[in-house]
Amino acid sequence: MEIRTDFNRRLREIQDDILIMGSMVETAIITSIKALKERDIDMAQQLINDDALINRKRFEIEEKCIKLIATQQPLAGDLRTIISVLNILTELERVGDYAAGISKIVLMIGNEEHLKPLIDIPRMADKTTLMLRESLDAFIKQDADKARAVIAEDDDVDNLYDQVFRELLTFMIEDPRTITRATRLIWAAHNLERSADRVTNICERIIYIVTGKMEELGASNY
Amino acid sequence: MTEYNLNGQTCRGDKIKAKNLNFYYGSFQALRDINLDIPGCAITAIIGPSGCGKSSFLRLLNRMNDLIYGSRIEGTIELDGKNIFDKEVDVVDLRKNVGMVFQKPNPFPISIFDNIAFGPKQHGKKSKIELEEIVENSLKKAALWDEVKDKLGQSALALSGGQQQRLCIARVLSVEPQVILMDEPCSALDPMATLKIEDLMRTLAKNYTIIIVTHNMQQAARVSDTTAFFMMEPDRAGSLVEYGLTSEIFTNPKDKRTEDYITGRFG
Ligand SMILES: Nc1ncnc2c1ncn2[C@@H]1O[C@H](COP(=O)(O)OP(=O)(O)OP(=O)(O)O)[C@@H](O)[C@H]1O
Ligand SMILES: [Mg+2]
Repeated sequence: MEIRTDFNRRLREIQDDILIMGSMVETAIITSIKALKERDIDMAQQLINDDALINRKRFEIEEKCIKLIATQQPLAGDLRTIISVLNILTELERVGDYAAGISKIVLMIGNEEHLKPLIDIPRMADKTTLMLRESLDAFIKQDADKARAVIAEDDDVDNLYDQVFRELLTFMIEDPRTITRATRLIWAAHNLERSADRVTNICERIIYIVTGKMEELGASNY
Repeated sequence: MTEYNLNGQTCRGDKIKAKNLNFYYGSFQALRDINLDIPGCAITAIIGPSGCGKSSFLRLLNRMNDLIYGSRIEGTIELDGKNIFDKEVDVVDLRKNVGMVFQKPNPFPISIFDNIAFGPKQHGKKSKIELEEIVENSLKKAALWDEVKDKLGQSALALSGGQQQRLCIARVLSVEPQVILMDEPCSALDPMATLKIEDLMRTLAKNYTIIIVTHNMQQAARVSDTTAFFMMEPDRAGSLVEYGLTSEIFTNPKDKRTEDYITGRFG
C-alpha cells in the first residue's frame, strides 16, 4: 500500500501544474517571435495581455506549495522538490516576461520593414524553447544528467546571440540610420538569451532536487 | 573520530562513544552492532520506528537496563573515554552524571521544593541554605522559577503537565549532571508546553549534552544538532542506519531508508 497517498497526489498535481505553466511560457516565446517575424501588432498585443494568465498560474501554484508546506511539513526529497518548484516558478514567470518584452518591441517596430530577413533570432527561439521542453522533461523524470545536458546547450544560444549582435553591429557601422531598428532586434535577441539562462537556472534546481547539491553550471558570459 | 561543525564551531564526537554495541533481552537481540560518536554540549536526536530500540539504547547510557533480568550487553559505551560497563564504575555516580527525563512527567507526590532537594540530599547535601540555593538555581535553569517561586511548599502534582515536565528537568539538573537523556519528553504535552521545553533544551545545550528520543520528526528537526536514525533488521534487532548533522539528515539524507522514514513513506 502506498503511504501518504494524499500528499503524493498533491505533489503530483503541482508537478503537472508546472508542466502546464511551462507550455504556456513556451507558447508565449514561440508566439512572440512569430509576431516579430510577421510584424503582427495584434498578436503582440494579445500576448502582452495573456502574460497576466501566466502570472496568475504562478500564484496559483505558489499557493498550493505554501499550503503543502504548512499542512504537511515536507522533509528531505519532498522538501527539496517543493522549495525548488517555488524557484522554478519564478524562472518560468521571468521567461514569460521576456516573451512579453519581445512583444512590446514588436509594438515599437510597428509596420517598419525589418533590416533583413530574421534567421538567427528564430533559431535562438527554437533552441530556447527546445531547452525549456527538455528541462521540464528532466524535472518530471528527476534526471540530473539530462538537466546538465540542457545546461550545456546554453552555449549554442549564446553563440547565436553573438552572431546576431555582430551582424547587426556591421549594419549600424555602415549606416547609422539603421541604429534604431538594429537596436530593437538586439533587444529581442537579448530577451531570448536571458530566457535560455533562466532555463539553465531551472536545470540547476532539478540537479538540487535529485542530488541535494547546489551546482552552479550555467555561468553565462552575459 | 567524527567531527562536526555545530553552530559555527567544530565539535568532536567524543563525549559518548558506543563501540560494537550489542544488546539482548534474554535470547532476543534488541540492538545490533551500534557504533555511534555523540558530541558534547549539543543535542542529539534519536529517531526511528516503534520497537527499533531507541529507548533500549537510551537506557543503556545510564545503565537503567541493569535492572532488567536476563539482559546482556556486548561491546562498550564510553563516557569521556571511560567504559561505563567497567566493574569499578559506581552506577549511582553514573546516574547522577547521566540524568533521565521520562515520557510522562513523574514528580514525587511531595512539595515542589522537596522534589528538587531530593537528589542533592541523597548525595549528601544537608544544609538548608545549600539546598535552597540548589532548588532556586535548578528551577531557574529549568525556566520554572518565576512560575513557582511563591508556592515551593505546594504539592508538585498541582502543577500543569508542562510545568511538571520542567520540574522533572530541574530535578535532573539539581545533581549537576553532564548528560541529560530524554525519552519522548513532550509526547504528553500541549504545543505551547512543548515549545517551552524545546526552548529550554536549546538553552541547556550550551552546558549539557542532551540526547532525546522523539517520534515527532519536526521536533527532532527543530531542536537537535545531530540526528541518529535507527531501524529494525528482519530479525527485529535495532541497528543504526544513518547518523549526521540534523540539517543534512532532514534535507538530504544519504540512505534511502532514512529518506523513506522521514518523508513518512514507511515506518
Ligand atoms: N524489558 C524488556 N524485556 C524484553 N523485551 C523488551 C523489553 N523492553 C523492550 N523490549 C523489546 O525490545 C525492542 C526495542 O524496544 P524499545 O522500547 O527500545 O523500542 P523503541 O524504539 O523505544 O520503541 P517505541 O518507539 O515504541 O518507544 C522491542 O521489540 C521491545 O519489545
Ligand atoms: Mg521508546
